[in-house]
Amino acid sequence: MFPPRQDVLRLMPEIILSLSGILLMLIEPFLSGARRTLIVTLAALGSGLALVSTIYPATLPGTAFSGLLRIDGFSVFVHVVVEAVAFLVIIGSADYLDREKIQHGEYYALVLFATVGMCVMAGAAELMTAFVGLETSSISTYILAGYRRDVPRSNESAMKYFLLGSFATAFFLYGIALLYGATGTTQLARMTFPTTPGRERLLDLGLGLMLVGLAFKIAAAPFQLWTPDVYEGAPTPVTALMASGPKAAAFALLLRILATVGAAGTFWFWALWVSAALTMFVGNLAAIAQSNVKRMLAYSSISHAGYILVALAAAAASDQVELGVAAVLYYLAVYALMKLGAFIFVSQLGGESERHMEIDDFRGLAVRQPVAAACFALFLLSLLGLPVTSGFLGKFYIFNAALASRLIWLAVLLAINTVIAAFYYLRVIVVMYMRQPNQTWPPAPMPWAVTFVLSIAAAGTFYLGLFPGRVMALATQAALSLPGR
Amino acid sequence: MVPIGHYIFLSVALLAIGIVGIVTRRNVIIILMSIELILNAVNINLVAFSRLVGSVEGQIFAIFIITDAAAEAAVGLGIIIAFFRNRETVLADEMDILKW
Repeated sequence: MFPPRQDVLRLMPEIILSLSGILLMLIEPFLSGARRTLIVTLAALGSGLALVSTIYPATLPGTAFSGLLRIDGFSVFVHVVVEAVAFLVIIGSADYLDREKIQHGEYYALVLFATVGMCVMAGAAELMTAFVGLETSSISTYILAGYRRDVPRSNESAMKYFLLGSFATAFFLYGIALLYGATGTTQLARMTFPTTPGRERLLDLGLGLMLVGLAFKIAAAPFQLWTPDVYEGAPTPVTALMASGPKAAAFALLLRILATVGAAGTFWFWALWVSAALTMFVGNLAAIAQSNVKRMLAYSSISHAGYILVALAAAAASDQVELGVAAVLYYLAVYALMKLGAFIFVSQLGGESERHMEIDDFRGLAVRQPVAAACFALFLLSLLGLPVTSGFLGKFYIFNAALASRLIWLAVLLAINTVIAAFYYLRVIVVMYMRQPNQTWPPAPMPWAVTFVLSIAAAGTFYLGLFPGRVMALATQAALSLPGR
Repeated sequence: MVPIGHYIFLSVALLAIGIVGIVTRRNVIIILMSIELILNAVNINLVAFSRLVGSVEGQIFAIFIITDAAAEAAVGLGIIIAFFRNRETVLADEMDILKW
């Protein structure tokens, strides 16, 4: 009954993440006093080990557990992104949790469990597995969003996330049920076009409902309404996780369905097109009106989901999905790093109880904390897509993919949106660099852990912006490793 | 044997009741119940289809969904209790701190 050794090795990152999460929960009650260092070290070690152990699935591609999981270059790429996000979020959270006096082991355990779910989603070759992964990551993040239990904003954020998230999951499931009825299987690779008359409609309906469910998870318009509220109310390090990790995993699942199930590409194409255009505009136009930096970043993450959807539409439009898929993967890596850096920076600067989130609070920061301000400016410029930063190349690849699939209009809309976005990103930079410092509120110096996370994110942003070769080669390889239609 | 159409009709009816409940009700607990209704609509569908296509996958899936619904309800009620402690309400339209 025991699964073959190879299969276990292919699942190594997930096993390590789960075990370290369970271990954290077990030892937490027995620790007192100077427990913080131990807990954080353990959690960071767990996610770091998982990151290292991704070498096993990378060297052993194939299907595992009788076709439930498909370990290929694609899933490994997403694994690395998601695990790196978890690692950085864990290190970046420690000081925030201390300041809010909510330093508990279960926070890190939940981050690890959420990461397990995202990893499973990345490798799922079958819809049952995809569902279990999706729910593992979603339920963990619902709890994390409400982690500041005594703060009404956090409660409200968790409540909204939970209600809309489980509503979306229900739709996703209904879609799966219809797909199962149409094709008689939950294995993605075996979902061929039904031959029995009458079942095609069932297939289309199922695919549509699944797309609605996943669109909620990636915050694509018109299902993005929850995003700003949830991102604003959740503890900021959790927002950093939510904005980068689960989004990457949900995009990975969408891509895998798109690449594996032949009917999905043709059926989804227009929905993806319209949603991409809407999402970009809704995110960017609403972001202009914001005075709260955290909320502005939430809207900006909506617009970025729109950019990624452009590449997804490009992948759906042509017979060669590689270009689009590689662009999505590259952008996911780029986006995860810059968004995570920006949110972790905001979490530190917000101060106690996240009181200083208004743009005005950032006045003259460049004088007070030149290095941190430079990092934040770098992330903002990268989110905007300025050359030299990774955001530029990410957008370039998406542009390229859109043009190769002859989606000229979508490419034009993407360019227009980049210009709109300049408005609100540059405003923050102007406030940081050209206004007199705020006298009443001295920002605390950056703790070393936050500095560490910021410098990794900044280094990554530069690396992906200047030397895209290796990562892009990996992304292309990953795209080619998907089973073709 | 009951024809498949009956099951699908029941499932769609449950789905409709669930969606109407989520959209029109103010009480968060009833919204949670409506979500559970949709999950049960999915279960009925899966089990009926499992019989129709002659594979056992659908039934296994239903068991997973029941487990997931339990986990979701536990977390959801926990969030509702935390919310109620601070705000003394469970009405959805009184969740209005966060807005633009």
